[in-house]
This record gives sequence, C-alpha cells and structure tokens, in this order.
Amino acid sequence: MLMAGELMDVLTLSRLQFAVATLFHFLFVPLTLGLSVLVAIMETKWVRTGDETYRRMAKFWGKLFLINFALGVVTGLTLEFQFGTNWSRYSMYVGDVFGSLLAIEAAVTFFLESTFVAVWFFGWNRISPKLHCVSMWLIAIAANLSAFWILVANAWMQHPVGYVIRNGRAELTDFWAVISQKFAILEFIHTIGGAYILAGFFVLGISSWHLLKLQNVEFFTRSFKIAIAFTLIFSIFEIAQGHMNAEILQETQPTKLAAMEAHWETRPRAPLYLLLWPRLDGEMNAIEALPVPGMLSLLATYSTQSVIKGLKEWPAELRPPVLPCFLSFRFMVGMGFLFAGLSIFGFYVRNNLLAYPWFLKTLVFAIPLPYLTNEAGWILAELGRQPWIVYGVMKTKDAVSFVSTAQVFTSLIGFIVLYGLLGFADFMLLFKFARKGPQK
Amino acid sequence: METIWFFLWALLWTIYFMLDGYDLGIGSLLPFFSKNENERRVMINAMGPFWDGNEVWLVTAGGVTFAAFPKTYAVLFSTLYTPLMILLFALILRGISFEFRGKIDDRRWRRLWDGCLTLGSIVPGFLFGVTFGNLFQGIPIDESGILRGDFFTLLSPYALLSGVLFVFLFVVHGALWLAVMTDEEMHERSLSAARGAWPALVSVLVTFLVSSALTTDLYQNAINRPVLFLFPVLSVVALIATRTFIGMRKPVQAFASSAIVILGTGMFGFTGLYPNMLLSSLNPQFSLTAFNSASSALTLKIMLGITLVVIPIVIAYQSWVHVLFGKKIRLEELKEGESY
Repeated sequence: MLMAGELMDVLTLSRLQFAVATLFHFLFVPLTLGLSVLVAIMETKWVRTGDETYRRMAKFWGKLFLINFALGVVTGLTLEFQFGTNWSRYSMYVGDVFGSLLAIEAAVTFFLESTFVAVWFFGWNRISPKLHCVSMWLIAIAANLSAFWILVANAWMQHPVGYVIRNGRAELTDFWAVISQKFAILEFIHTIGGAYILAGFFVLGISSWHLLKLQNVEFFTRSFKIAIAFTLIFSIFEIAQGHMNAEILQETQPTKLAAMEAHWETRPRAPLYLLLWPRLDGEMNAIEALPVPGMLSLLATYSTQSVIKGLKEWPAELRPPVLPCFLSFRFMVGMGFLFAGLSIFGFYVRNNLLAYPWFLKTLVFAIPLPYLTNEAGWILAELGRQPWIVYGVMKTKDAVSFVSTAQVFTSLIGFIVLYGLLGFADFMLLFKFARKGPQK
Repeated sequence: METIWFFLWALLWTIYFMLDGYDLGIGSLLPFFSKNENERRVMINAMGPFWDGNEVWLVTAGGVTFAAFPKTYAVLFSTLYTPLMILLFALILRGISFEFRGKIDDRRWRRLWDGCLTLGSIVPGFLFGVTFGNLFQGIPIDESGILRGDFFTLLSPYALLSGVLFVFLFVVHGALWLAVMTDEEMHERSLSAARGAWPALVSVLVTFLVSSALTTDLYQNAINRPVLFLFPVLSVVALIATRTFIGMRKPVQAFASSAIVILGTGMFGFTGLYPNMLLSSLNPQFSLTAFNSASSALTLKIMLGITLVVIPIVIAYQSWVHVLFGKKIRLEELKEGESY
C-alpha cells in the first residue's frame, strides 16, 4: 500500500469512497421512487376496472421495480455505515442533529417500505386485490417519505438551521426548523421530480422498444400513455421548480451559485454568457462571449440591477471546484429542457405512436440520460458545497476519521470491484426482463 | 433519559438478533442442510418474505446509535473499520442473492448466489459476535477515541468466542424457524439439525458465560443488583426449554424459546455493560458511556416520542406479515406463485 500512501491521503480516499458509494446508490434510488408510484397507478387501474392488462402491467413493471429495488436497499446500508467508519469526526460533531434524521428514516419509513415490498411480491394469491394495491401505495409513499428524511438531512448539511454550537458540537434547538426549512422542501421536491422523470423515461424507453418490434402493442401503448402523462407533468414542473433551487442559492450558498455560473467578479447587472468556459488555473474564464446583460441577476433575484457575488469575493480555499460544478449544472439544465421537449412531443403523438418510429427509437436511447442528469445534480450539490461538509460550519477535511490509508484504500477497491460486478449484473437482469416482455 | 435510551438501544440490537438471527442461521445452514435445488428453494423462501423487514432492525439500531449516542457511533464504527466493512460487504452479498439467484435458470449462476448467501450469513453472524465481544470486553481506545492497535487487536480469544457463540445461536434459531416453515421430511431434519447443534450451543454459551466472569466486568452490575442475574439465568433456562420443546416436537415453542435465549444473552451483555457503551481497555476514563456520548436532551426527547409511537406499529405490521406468510411452504405453491 506504499503507493496509495504516497499518492493519496485518507481524506481524498474517503471522499472518493463516499462519491462511489453515493453515486452508485443513486443509480437505483430514483427508479424506486418513481416506478413505485407508476406501478401503484397501474394496479389501482386494475382494481378499479378489473382489466387484466393492468394486472399484467403491474406485474411486469413491478418485476423490474424489484430487481432495481434490491440493489438500492443493499447499497443504502453502506451509507449509514460510512458516516461512522469514514466520517467519525463529522458524526461526533453533528450527530445530535443529523443522526436523528437517519434514525427516523429507518424507523418511520424504511420499515414500512421493506416490509410491504415482501407483502406485495409474495402476496398476489394471499391477500385481496385491494389490500395488495394498498401495499404498493404504502411502498410508494414510504419510499418517497424516506427520500424526504434523507434530503432533510442533506439539506441541513447544505444550509444548517435550528441548531446551536454547544458542548463542542452542533446541538439541536429547533427540530421543526430543520424539517420545514425552505432549502429542504425545495431539495426534496427537486429530487423527487428528477426521480419521476427518470422513471417516466424508463417506462417510455422500454415501451418504445417493444412498440418498435410490434410486440404486445396494446400493453405497451397503455404503459406509454400512463408514463407520458406522468413524465410531461414532472418534466415541465422540474424546470420551473429547478429555477427556485438556483434562486435560493443566492441567499444560502453564494459560492455554489458563483461556481456553477463560473461567475468571478462581484457586480450589479451580472450578465449570462451564452458561450462560457472556465479556466482550470487562475481566476477567470477562458471563453466569455455573447453576454445577455443583467440576465444572471434577473434569474437569481428577479431584478436585472442586483449585485451577484463573484468567486473572487472568497479566498481560493473557500471556493468549490469550478469546472465540475459549471459542467454538471449546464448538463443538468440542458437535459431538463430536452426531457420537457421530448415529453411534450410524446404527449402530442401518444395516440399515434407507431407512425413515429424515429421518435420511439430516440426514447430507447434516452433511457440513460435521466440517470446521468440525476448524478450530475448530486455532483453539483455535493461538490458545490465544498470545502464545507456542513456549509459554513465544518470543513470536509476536519470531518474525516482517524483511520489508516491502507484501510480506506482496501475498502475503496472493495467497493469498486463489488459494486462494479453487482451493478453490471443488475442492469443485465433489468435488460433481460425488460426485453422479455410481460407474461401472457 | 440517557438510561432509557441505553436500554432502548440494547433492545433494538437484541430484537435485530432475534429476527435476522434466524435468516442468518438458515443462510449458514444452506449448503450443509439442503440436498437438492428444491430444498434450497424451500430454505430461501422460508426467510424470503421476512429477511428484508428484519434487516431494517439493523438499520434502525445503527441509526439510533448515531442519533442517541453519536460519539459511540463514531468511535465504534471507525475503530472497528475493517471488521465492519467486511460485515457490510457480506450483508450486501446476502441481500442481493435473494433477488438475483432465481433470475437466471443456470446451475452455476444459482451456485454462485447460494455461495454468497451462505458467506453473507456466516460472516455477519460471526462478526456481530466479535463486535459485541469487543464491546463487552473493551478495546484499547485512547482519549480521542482512536484505536491503539490494529485489526488483530480486535480478535481476542473472548471476541472470537463471542463470534462463535453468535453463529451457533443463529444456527439453532434458523433450524427451528425452518422447522416451523416446513413439514414432513424437511421438518424432521430441521428439528434434528437443531437437536444436533444444541449441545454445541450449550457448551459455547456456558463457556461464554464463564469467561465473561473471568475476563470482563459484565457481572459487576448484577452483583450490586442481583435482579440482573435474571438475564443469564433466563438464557440458560430458555436454552433448556428449547431442547425440551424440540424433544416434544413443538417447533413454534422451541423457536420462541431460542428467541428468548438470544434475548437473555443479549440483555445479559448489555445490562452488564451499562452505563458503558464502549469500554477502553487502556484507561476506564477514556470509556464512552451512555452519559458522555449521548445526544442533547432535546434530541433524545424527540427521538423517544417518535420511537415509542412508531416501533409498536412496526411490531404490529411485522407480526401480521409473520402470520400471513408463516405457513408451511409447499413446493407446488412455490412453483406456481411468486417466490424466490
């Protein structure tokens, strides 16, 4: 482990490990959040109409849901362990506020979700259709509420409220403030929206693949129609809502806002450049062209005149890494508009899908895009908060455990190998069962 | 308040071991017990509807450690870094085996996940034992909660004994749950497996109780407050009851008794440990206790309110699930309906 010891320290390795564990976990979470709702809708239609097609839909999409769910569950365990194993000083300092949110997530929502997933899977012939359908709704509600508690915890790291520094640590003073702060609510809604778009495109893409092959046309047209309405609503909503998330950064995390816009100089009437590329070295952009005067000020504060703080306002060590924030932000926004465009068109042609094979083909290839977009959003959220682990309260470098480089190096390699294999197997199974289509 | 939380914390861990213990036990028995693919499927489906809900008790116990005793959580998880990472990897493999195993109809594929399931059951059982053995005995942590030693420091004879104890507790517990869930030939063999493992469990448990007296301070609290002898006595009595019920061919009662063995053993350890949570073997002053590692009064109060409301509800719906699916498994049903 000599090489590792020389090249990387415990901090870097722990950050890498956290990134691997969290980004990997979030490959599976959004589909769980969104597909649970879609399957619940399908099953409700079955219970209401008695139409067998809806039952087969719930079963087919439910199977994919479960394959995906399994990996989400087992990788979630890692995250709970990691705060203690790798970020013990963080856990000690903020556990009073942060730990309780994780505990509530487990006790209040994760129990419900995990228990009823089994009821749903094993219960087709054991409980009444109504109760079976209720189980799916419980899974969907519990999964989404789970996300709420986790995002409240993350929002507290982004914008800590309701605490006081006492006895050498952050202590809770106002629980309600922590769970109801605007940052948390916005972050929750935005993440849920992104997850629903991902699940929508997952169903749209797989349906399109079968429609192109003219297999189970009725089945996949109906799946498509349910998903397109869902995706349309959330992809348009996400754009409007995402704007609010950027806006709140102006008050709460000005360094993140400045980094994602590659905005260096504090100034009023801050422009938005249509062509922009930040330099890796030095405090400026390599390319700045086609300014829209005052647009950045307008977007962030609803006034073209307002002053927007630039990165130079802070010493270099308090700025987040500009390029990754800048890129992931632009990727996320660009994709957001693409998703809205695709779903508007899809909704428009929903009754005549087979006449647009090129569009169906596009949707098949679009399946991975919301995955990448969700990940980009998290890269922006987490890297944009740096160098802080709790914004303005605790630095990431002060949070890491006193463990050895060799330990973290070994576990990191373990995660990469294990997750690589499991991820490959899981997507292979999703692919296999998605292609196979519904049972007769 | 800290004391209430200490016992809630102890109880959550103990409930986890009582529930997931039978999953880990059946998983450990898998290659040694099953004779063919049908039997393996029966074993896996005997825990199929339950294992995930059971594992959440671990997530909750871990979360509560974090919430109520953040300092203990931080020091425990970072000093036991390597064993806990191995434990985590093992649990990941176990969890995924359920979902993956039946998805491709290929003998080698199933073999692979059977192996992962077994490994993912024996290893966690053993490492949970090692972890709590270390807690009961103490580990060399300094005043900043940093381990003065390495991975092998954590493998003291007492910790290893505790690891073996957990494996045997879970194997007997698992064999009895399997007896509850099966009939005819498999039912008979599950009972004989439990009967066969029982003498080994007795000897390990007795060795553990004796060496706890010799190498730890776990009896100190009971000496000051004799009512606490209830727990080691309970675990021994329940162990005898387990054997009696096996002899009477009453699997449900035998399973309940073995759950009480786990409860008694766990609570013996925790009540003996109180108020310490993580003993420092270097200097008792460095030990983390329920008092010096607890969260603020407000956090403890909010968490207590939520826990007291939610946990009974969880117990209610999980009991319903155990009743709903706790029926003898029939092979025809496995093949027709949804199953692993």
